[in-house]
Amino acid sequence: MDITFQQVVFWVLAVIISVFSVMTVVSSRILRSATYLIFVLFGTAGLYFLLNYSFLGAVQLMIYAGGIVVLYVFSILLTSSESRKPDKLLKKKMFAALVASLAGLGLCLFVTLKHTFLPSRFQEGELPVKEIGHALLGMDKYQFLLPFEAISILLLACIIGGILIARKR
Amino acid sequence: MGIQVEYYLIVSTIMLFAGIYGFLTRRNLLAMLISVELILNSADINFAVFNRYLFPDKLEGFFFTLFSIGISAAETAVAIAIIINIYRNIQNIQVKDIDKMKH
Amino acid sequence: MEYTIFIILLPLFMFLFLGLAGNKMKPVSAGILGTASLATSALLSYSTAWQYFTTPRIEGVFPAVTPINIEWLRFTEHLHIDLGILLDPISVMMLVVITTVSLMVHIYSFGYMHGEKGFQRYYAFLSLFTFSMLGLVVATNIFQMYIFWELVGVSSYLLIGFYYTKPAAIAASKKAFIVTRFADLGFLIGILVLSFYSKTFNFEALCSGDLPTLSAAAGQTFMGCSVLAWGLGLCFVGGAGKSAMFPLHIWLPDAMEGPTPVSALIHAATMVVAGVYLVARMFPLYIDYAPNVLVWIGYIGAFTSLYAAIVACVQTDIKRVLAFSTISQIGFMFVGLGVSGMGGHHGLGYMAAMFHLFTHAMFKALLFLGAGAIIHAVHSNEMKDMGQLRRQLPITHITFLIACLAISGIPPFSGFFSKDEILAAAFQFSPVMGWFMSFVAALTAFYMFRLYYNIFWGKASKHEHTPHEAPASMTTPLIILAAITCVAGFIPFGEFVSSNGQPYIIHIDSTVAITSVVIALISISIATIFYRKTSVIPERLARTFHGLYTAASHRFYIDEVYLFITKNIIFKHISAPIAWFDRHIIDGAMNLLATGTQKTAYAIRGFQSGQIQQYAWVFLVGTLLIISLLLFI
Repeated sequence: MDITFQQVVFWVLAVIISVFSVMTVVSSRILRSATYLIFVLFGTAGLYFLLNYSFLGAVQLMIYAGGIVVLYVFSILLTSSESRKPDKLLKKKMFAALVASLAGLGLCLFVTLKHTFLPSRFQEGELPVKEIGHALLGMDKYQFLLPFEAISILLLACIIGGILIARKR
Repeated sequence: MGIQVEYYLIVSTIMLFAGIYGFLTRRNLLAMLISVELILNSADINFAVFNRYLFPDKLEGFFFTLFSIGISAAETAVAIAIIINIYRNIQNIQVKDIDKMKH
Repeated sequence: MEYTIFIILLPLFMFLFLGLAGNKMKPVSAGILGTASLATSALLSYSTAWQYFTTPRIEGVFPAVTPINIEWLRFTEHLHIDLGILLDPISVMMLVVITTVSLMVHIYSFGYMHGEKGFQRYYAFLSLFTFSMLGLVVATNIFQMYIFWELVGVSSYLLIGFYYTKPAAIAASKKAFIVTRFADLGFLIGILVLSFYSKTFNFEALCSGDLPTLSAAAGQTFMGCSVLAWGLGLCFVGGAGKSAMFPLHIWLPDAMEGPTPVSALIHAATMVVAGVYLVARMFPLYIDYAPNVLVWIGYIGAFTSLYAAIVACVQTDIKRVLAFSTISQIGFMFVGLGVSGMGGHHGLGYMAAMFHLFTHAMFKALLFLGAGAIIHAVHSNEMKDMGQLRRQLPITHITFLIACLAISGIPPFSGFFSKDEILAAAFQFSPVMGWFMSFVAALTAFYMFRLYYNIFWGKASKHEHTPHEAPASMTTPLIILAAITCVAGFIPFGEFVSSNGQPYIIHIDSTVAITSVVIALISISIATIFYRKTSVIPERLARTFHGLYTAASHRFYIDEVYLFITKNIIFKHISAPIAWFDRHIIDGAMNLLATGTQKTAYAIRGFQSGQIQQYAWVFLVGTLLIISLLLFI
């Protein structure tokens, strides 16, 4: 039984993601939740690297870990009077949610494991950034200029909307 | 090749249901938003994995993940703006207190 | 003769005008306006009568004229309701009677109602009543008659309840309205039955005597009687209600709660004879298709007149005496109609009834107005507060005496002639009926002179103010009416009104006339002995016939019987369960619906809580369920 390096990395990442995901949602202190979320996001980025999607991993690190989580931390601190109080959870509600989640998990895993996927055609080797760039800015079939521009307009709208909503009246 | 598709899917499923659990139980709006991030993230992983393993010669999954990250950033920004606005109005971001469209 | 429409429309306009603008006007000007418009109406009626009765006869008959007839509602080809004016001898006579009495009452009310609150309203209501009564008598069809019939009921209700702050007046007005309305239900059903079989509402068509639909329907029977007899009988029920025939008479004595001039106009001269007029209007129908019903009408009239005469003998309220006397006299008229046949000498009763209607309207209005003048002077309705008033009220005394003589049937006053004709007709019908009615006539003379002596002779009672004669506005109508009463008997009435329209020469049947006069004189003498000076005989008699006396003064407990039937039987055993059913079952079902909706709404309201996590729960559970369903089933 030979264990490749990739397998080792995967297992480590899998454990990190699973454990920290759970800890994110069960931690009663929200700042800690945000911290655990960073670890989950890092783990996800690691998975992308493992899939040889280095560009995606980098984007994940920059936007999620670098941008969004920082935003979270700021807002947590801004609403700190509220957030510092431990988030009290009702036992009954927790139990019910746990049962429902586990049921859903079981269901999904059952489906996943029962299903026969297409034969894996995993290719080693990095996806070249040049190809990504061409696809992103091309206008042919399987090229994505339109969604790219749509996203850019969406982001602009979000900037304006965010300012409008959050401004002092 | 030792790592099966299913393994990735199991990890993402765990992440998804952790997020769902959090969404159902947390009472702080920000904590709920964090749970939503988990759910989105798990979906991203699936897209990337399916693309890589099953259709390596295409790029749809890859780009879907890319745009999804962008959209989740936008969503987070707007959501946090709203939450801060709510906090300013009622000094409170408990989800049970937010059941009216207009305060 | 299109101008006849103004006879009717003038009071209507005056009612609308006084009703709407009356409160802005001075009371006196409202009164003058109302009286002036009515005087115009009266003059127009006289001119109509003159013109009508001077047009030459056609085949010996005054032709019926329909100057105006508007189709008002058309339902089908044959079924339509018209509004119009029908002039024939009886309607022209009624026009004259109504406008005359109404005019007298209008003038009289100036003095009587002087200073009353709601003076303008009073005149408005008088105009409304006059309008409806005139509309009733000129009706071209039975449905128009019904419409105005109800309007008359309403205005009577309004006028009885004129003093609406007095509980007794309110109760009386309600009683009058409910009782007559109840009777009108019979009338309505009768109209429907008649028109269903005859396919027409029109009086002229109905009474022409050769309507094919009617002859066809004559054979059909329902519960042993012909359908037309049912229809005509039910019409008579309505007439009996308005004309206060036993046992529907109970409202009339109570209606005396209204102002006295109103009693004179509505409850003596005009409205209460509407039933008589109705039967007279459809007389050919009764003769042709329901002679039995007609005979029964006569019996009911006879019984009512006896009953009312006995009760009138013991009443102490002068207006009540007059009310019962009215009931009794209307009974006479119904007897006249009931014993009558068609044409010539057989039609004597019809002519007599109409004649009596005419003369009675005059002298009974006079009696009521006189009673009003007396009440005005002593401020009381009770006989014991009166006595020895003949010096203080000379004009009232004389006119009242004339009216009493007239109603008692003493020649040469008008009552003698008309009553004599009725008695003659009754004797012609059967001697029993004749003697019976003669006895009632004797009672009439007795109670009228009991009333007269108790007011103007007898024992004087003390008054705070010395009673004085009424103002000229009140005495003038008295004098006019007294004059009419003196001469009306000499009108050759049979020339104008008779059962078949052919002129009928009235000739006094000397046997009947002498008998009735002798009887009346005996009664008057008895009354003189009893009441002219204080006497112990009446009290001794009352003690001897104690039971009869008490029963009569309680009007033979008819009101109590009604109360017992309505309260203890109808309300308790029929209405109460129905009310219970309505409140608990019908309302209950509605309430159940409402409560059910409300409960369900409360139950499912939780779904729309606004709590996001709850929505998420529902979403999650739903998704899981659907997935499981798809997977495992």
